[in-house]
Amino acid sequence: MLEIEGLTVQFPGRFGVFTAIDDVSLSVAAGEIHGLVGESGAGKSTIGAAIIGLLQPPGLVASGKMTLGETDLRSLSMSQAHELRGRRISMIFQDPQTSLNPLMTIADQLIETIQAHEDVSASEARDRSIALLEEIGIENAATRIKAYPHQFSGGMRQRVVIALALCTNPELIIADEPTTALDVAVQSQVLDLIRRLAKTRGIGFLLITHDIGVIAQITDNVTVLRGGQLMETGPTQKVLRTPDHDYTKSLMAAVPPLDRKLDRFLVPDSDAPDLAAPAGRSAADAEQWLTAGTQIFGEGLGMTDVTVKFSGNRTSLFSKPAAFTALDAVSLSVRPGSVMGLVGESGSGKSTIAKVLTGLVQPSAGQLYLGDNDLPPARARSRKDPSRRQIQMVFQDPYSSLNGRHRIGDILAEPLWHYGLEADADKRRDIAAAILDLVGLSADAIDRFPHQFSGGQRQRIAVARSLLARPSVLICDEPTSALDVSIQAQVLNLLKDLQARFGLTILFISHNLAVVRQMSDDVTVLKGGTIVETGPSEDFFTNPNAAYSRELLSLTPGMPGQ
Amino acid sequence: MAFFILKRLIQSIFVMIAVAFLAFSLFRFVGDPVSQMTGVETSAEDSARLREELGLNDAFIVQFGRFTRNMLQGDFGYSYRTRQPVADMIASRIPATLELGTVALLISLLVGIPTGIFTALRPRGFVTQSILLTTLVGVSIPTFVIGIMLIFLFGVQLGWLPTFGRGGTVQIGGWTSSLFTFDGWRALILPALTLGVYQLTLTMRLVRAEMMEVLRSDFIRFATARGIPYRSLYFRHALANTMVPVITIIGLQFGGVIAFSIVTESVFQWPGMGLLFLESIRFVDIPVMGVYLVVIAFFFVLVNMIVDLLYVAIDPRLRVREDG
Repeated sequence: MLEIEGLTVQFPGRFGVFTAIDDVSLSVAAGEIHGLVGESGAGKSTIGAAIIGLLQPPGLVASGKMTLGETDLRSLSMSQAHELRGRRISMIFQDPQTSLNPLMTIADQLIETIQAHEDVSASEARDRSIALLEEIGIENAATRIKAYPHQFSGGMRQRVVIALALCTNPELIIADEPTTALDVAVQSQVLDLIRRLAKTRGIGFLLITHDIGVIAQITDNVTVLRGGQLMETGPTQKVLRTPDHDYTKSLMAAVPPLDRKLDRFLVPDSDAPDLAAPAGRSAADAEQWLTAGTQIFGEGLGMTDVTVKFSGNRTSLFSKPAAFTALDAVSLSVRPGSVMGLVGESGSGKSTIAKVLTGLVQPSAGQLYLGDNDLPPARARSRKDPSRRQIQMVFQDPYSSLNGRHRIGDILAEPLWHYGLEADADKRRDIAAAILDLVGLSADAIDRFPHQFSGGQRQRIAVARSLLARPSVLICDEPTSALDVSIQAQVLNLLKDLQARFGLTILFISHNLAVVRQMSDDVTVLKGGTIVETGPSEDFFTNPNAAYSRELLSLTPGMPGQ
Repeated sequence: MAFFILKRLIQSIFVMIAVAFLAFSLFRFVGDPVSQMTGVETSAEDSARLREELGLNDAFIVQFGRFTRNMLQGDFGYSYRTRQPVADMIASRIPATLELGTVALLISLLVGIPTGIFTALRPRGFVTQSILLTTLVGVSIPTFVIGIMLIFLFGVQLGWLPTFGRGGTVQIGGWTSSLFTFDGWRALILPALTLGVYQLTLTMRLVRAEMMEVLRSDFIRFATARGIPYRSLYFRHALANTMVPVITIIGLQFGGVIAFSIVTESVFQWPGMGLLFLESIRFVDIPVMGVYLVVIAFFFVLVNMIVDLLYVAIDPRLRVREDG
């Protein structure tokens, strides 16, 4: 149905032409789910945009053939192409939070889309929309259709997005990371829906994703891209089980397995620095400095019966607003020098625990402790409290957690002067340079700015910054979920090495169960602000106790043949 | 919804009390009202009697209470300069300022919003670049220079339009309007243009920036990918989302136009509140200045409340949040 041959997309710029897609061919049959997989910068989304004719200027299709059925997509005029969009090709975007117009009801958006392509009355379009929403799994569609997008949850919103893409009966739907922003449970529902639609309606799907688990779970065929070039294409089972191309092999190897624990993550790129044995003398200096402190690394951390309530919105002058309970009498204990994995869906309270421990959120009840001492909660914890130095945090998004106007050297020196660890400015600079070596970056990075680094490099800088406070506890909140698998492997290997070397206590928050299995000694499962299960990691993964844990594990897309 | 309005009303009351306090502080601390009112030949007893009659010997808080109560009852006191009730003076000047401000705002909206949309849809076109360059010049020149240039061109050189005053006015109830005579409109054009040009460029650039931002958003890309006709894409999907932040600024602008029409009014000798305020400053006419402050603050509060209500009308997300 969709045939692409020798597609080349170029972005002419001031300094020459950048070829984003180089001679890529693929085809999608009716009813087929075709996966397009690759790391960021591979050109996955560019192919999708080229097919639907929405390349960002100055991008252009330089050569190649694209046909949908009998139609040559490249020969269409602007208005013909726009007429085709929606009617024959639709698209689903990644983030359901932002892909619906917040000011229009679902009904208005559906009816408008149908009427844009067919000459039907508004009431007929409404009836069809209601039927479609019911088919897609939205209950009470007749009343829900009058709602605005914000009144739906994330998963339901993605269903509405799918309904919008579907309401004109297109032949092909391009799904660009349709489940990346969703929890595993919701993700598996949405994937089921996509598979059902492909089967019952015969719609061809081009599924763009970086998640090989998703590819393994639902696609019929898969195309692997790297740097705009086609690496390998074929039936999913074959490509994933017996990959021909080296890149596919290394990509597969970098995906952390859910069913066993590896010593280290496999890093696909051989040119990545070997962090296992930092050779440089300055790395040794940094290590010496870090361990030279008087305090002992790796203290135990925990909380007993901690409850956190957030006040709701006030609706009346006279009644108190109903409080939302984010954590309900949670007790948690991280052994000194161990890694505790914290898993759960969004909204389960994972990040709230991190915020309570770092003193950013005031719990309404409960005790915190660090080592043998009580840890004062947020309001009672003074600015100068030693625990503010002892507990450090690594955030999810390395793009916003480093100040873009500070040089790396200043970013790294900040904990040194802030906590009064090193009074001399020149020495601070030496230590900053040394720690860069320790985390596998070259020392000349010290005078550069964060935007000059990739996501993975930035996350290493963030880790280095947190280490320079000489912490005893590191709290990592989804430290790699914004990164590609190969980069993720590097950053997690770094964390593992540092943990082993300094005996750090780590609270590792993640929604990715496979990553948690690789990283942690113990696991705690959180749901709706209460603890479902807690215990040694391997016991949890081989023999989970709670029904919810089993459900969570079974919903995680696994790899074939594992 | 009712709770939302109530909350805003209570907030507004606090703002008004704060402003009233500032205005009252003017009376109390800037100069001595008795020495303003009396001449050199007034005897010391007379001064003391006047002081007692005016209640100036009472405690500060008692005086403030009296001031507020009188204000609420519509008694704004008497001007030191003209001995007229301040309420009458302000009331006779309000129509001129309001009409000037409204027409200026309309000019800025009716020209600014469409050009803003146009320049957002064709961000790199020649026309867009020319408009942006021209308006940049418009913002850079101070208001009074624009006014003087307009007077020079249309009033002095071409002789088409009058250069001062309100022209022919019509009395409707207590409202003196220049909107119903040809002559009145001719007099209104130049000052309204002068006052509106700056607002126009601001509106245009704001609409342009917001619209370009919205056009980059995911839901516009998704709507494009669904083949929604471009007309609806731009004017139904994008424009409504553009207007949410723009309305706030326009509201503040209108307050600003009313409050800061002083310069324009003095260039064109426009008999509005701004001119009255200038005259009052010259003669240290503190009661008029104080009341002017309170009236302007009241306009600001009123406009902002309307803006908040418009917000809720446009954005369903706010409706739900406030309803709970």
